Amino acid sequence: MNPAMSFLDSIFVNLKLWTLNLIGHFLPGWAVILASIVISGVVILCLGPVIMMYLTLLERKVVGRMQNRYGPNRVGPWGLLQPIADGIKMFTKEDIVPTNADKVIHLLAPIVIVVPALMVFLVVPFGRDMTAADLSIGVLYFIAVSSVTTLPIFMGSWASRNKYSMIGGMRTAAQMISYEVPMTLAVVPVIMMSQSLSTASIVNAQEGLRWFVFTPWGLAGFVIFFICTVAECNRPPFDLPEAESELVAGFHTEYSGMKFALFYMAEYMNAFTLSAIAVTLFLGGWQGPFLPSWVWFFTKTFALIFAMIWFRATFPRFRVDQLMGIAWKLLLPLTLVNMLVAGLWYFIPGITGWVGAAVILAVSFLGLTALNKPVIPEKRVYLLEN
Amino acid sequence: MTRPQIAKEKNPVFGTGILQGMWVTMKNFIDSYFKKADQGGIFTIQYPEELCRISENSRNFPFLVYDAAPDSPRCTACGICERECPTKCIHVEMAKDTAGKPLRKPAVFEIDYGLCMNCGMCEDVCPFDSIFMDRVYEIAGRDRTKDMLIGKDALLKPNAYFQKIRPKDAADIDARRKAAEAKKAAAARPATPPDAGGTAS
Repeated sequence: MNPAMSFLDSIFVNLKLWTLNLIGHFLPGWAVILASIVISGVVILCLGPVIMMYLTLLERKVVGRMQNRYGPNRVGPWGLLQPIADGIKMFTKEDIVPTNADKVIHLLAPIVIVVPALMVFLVVPFGRDMTAADLSIGVLYFIAVSSVTTLPIFMGSWASRNKYSMIGGMRTAAQMISYEVPMTLAVVPVIMMSQSLSTASIVNAQEGLRWFVFTPWGLAGFVIFFICTVAECNRPPFDLPEAESELVAGFHTEYSGMKFALFYMAEYMNAFTLSAIAVTLFLGGWQGPFLPSWVWFFTKTFALIFAMIWFRATFPRFRVDQLMGIAWKLLLPLTLVNMLVAGLWYFIPGITGWVGAAVILAVSFLGLTALNKPVIPEKRVYLLEN
Repeated sequence: MTRPQIAKEKNPVFGTGILQGMWVTMKNFIDSYFKKADQGGIFTIQYPEELCRISENSRNFPFLVYDAAPDSPRCTACGICERECPTKCIHVEMAKDTAGKPLRKPAVFEIDYGLCMNCGMCEDVCPFDSIFMDRVYEIAGRDRTKDMLIGKDALLKPNAYFQKIRPKDAADIDARRKAAEAKKAAAARPATPPDAGGTAS
């Protein structure tokens, strides 16, 4: 790696070190440690909302293009100031609380929902040595924290005292809990192979171009994990909790103004962090040739977010029974097979393991889909004879 | 009677239909950057900057045509349009000279665009080819009693404008008027030499 590249590669790390050194000249050691925490925290707290703002713009632009129209292009060049205009609008809107709502919980839900979304940012390795907190149980932490999202959504829906909200909340609980199972199990082969729960060392295990997605079990795991992440952040086609055509707006029917915006913020930050974790676990994180590590990381993450937006522009919403069927009858057995396949792949080296793993996965996929084929009853025709 | 056949499933492998659907949206996304509107690209018209192409048959509010100068319009203030107008949005008053003699041109000609329903009856009934339907549409106002009441000065537009917006109709009407004038002149010519005729007889 040439010096210019390594300078760019570690520019953010060096910037932080330089600031800490500067502080160290004037302040005692404990203050430097505190400053180190504060710097990381502030960067993450700023990064989350800014990413959310521009994800809304990106989504509207891309979905617009896919539907043969321009997205927002009036506010600022290419509509770049649109998120700011939206933010101002959200702040100035009236905050309506239903009379019969549980006021405290109704207020707390949108605040609480942002917390897990921001907390997941802690373990995301944005680049080489750019993990805010390199926990030794990073993946476990991510799974635990991201599943908390169910709770504030249910809080909001329950506290609104509205039937639409309630149904939306119930659906959220059912959906998130169901999809957490295959999601967690899809991560297991990655942990088996990298022999670590720390996100940074999982990335390090994919050194060079040995990304996990280039293996049979990695590809299957990635697809399953990605489908589950889309379901986890309630994005189309898994947006049953906020199905406009059925439930007005689902769990955030009774929210307006900034509270509503906070729900949206959490949703988009979840989309970002879940894509980031998918990149970390399967697409090699920040690993990649030529470009600085953080450029690779953001490129891959935004590619996955683009895929999420692409899904939204393409697919109609699932029916509730189809949603549950996919999680329990297709994805869950596939993840179990996938774990077995990962073991086989590890112990049978060379092309045999590769082909064997691929064949087992393909056969089990075809078998499961054949077993899951819905029974379409033969159409009955009644002849009118006189 | 045979039973209707149930359509066979086209995609044997689960998921191929999903990929086909995704390809459709991706194609739209790519085409939106590289293709023209009529080939599958974006056909949105960015309104204030670019305007929709209006067909020649487009009609909405009436206006008055003058030939040489706004002082001598084609309109003779006959009031037929005023009487025929279904919504009674036209108001005409004939001009009079100082002696009180009618001048066969309007002193007041007002159309309430707020009332007008764009039927075009005034155009149909006008015997002097004076009132025609325009194609203006950016006429929003803040006050419907003041801003929508269009006076004579705003209504009068040159014949060149009419030829520009509706070339085919304008050409027909101009030809008809020219023929009528020629006929009138021809009819007037034998009337001019009554003396000659008298001397001959």
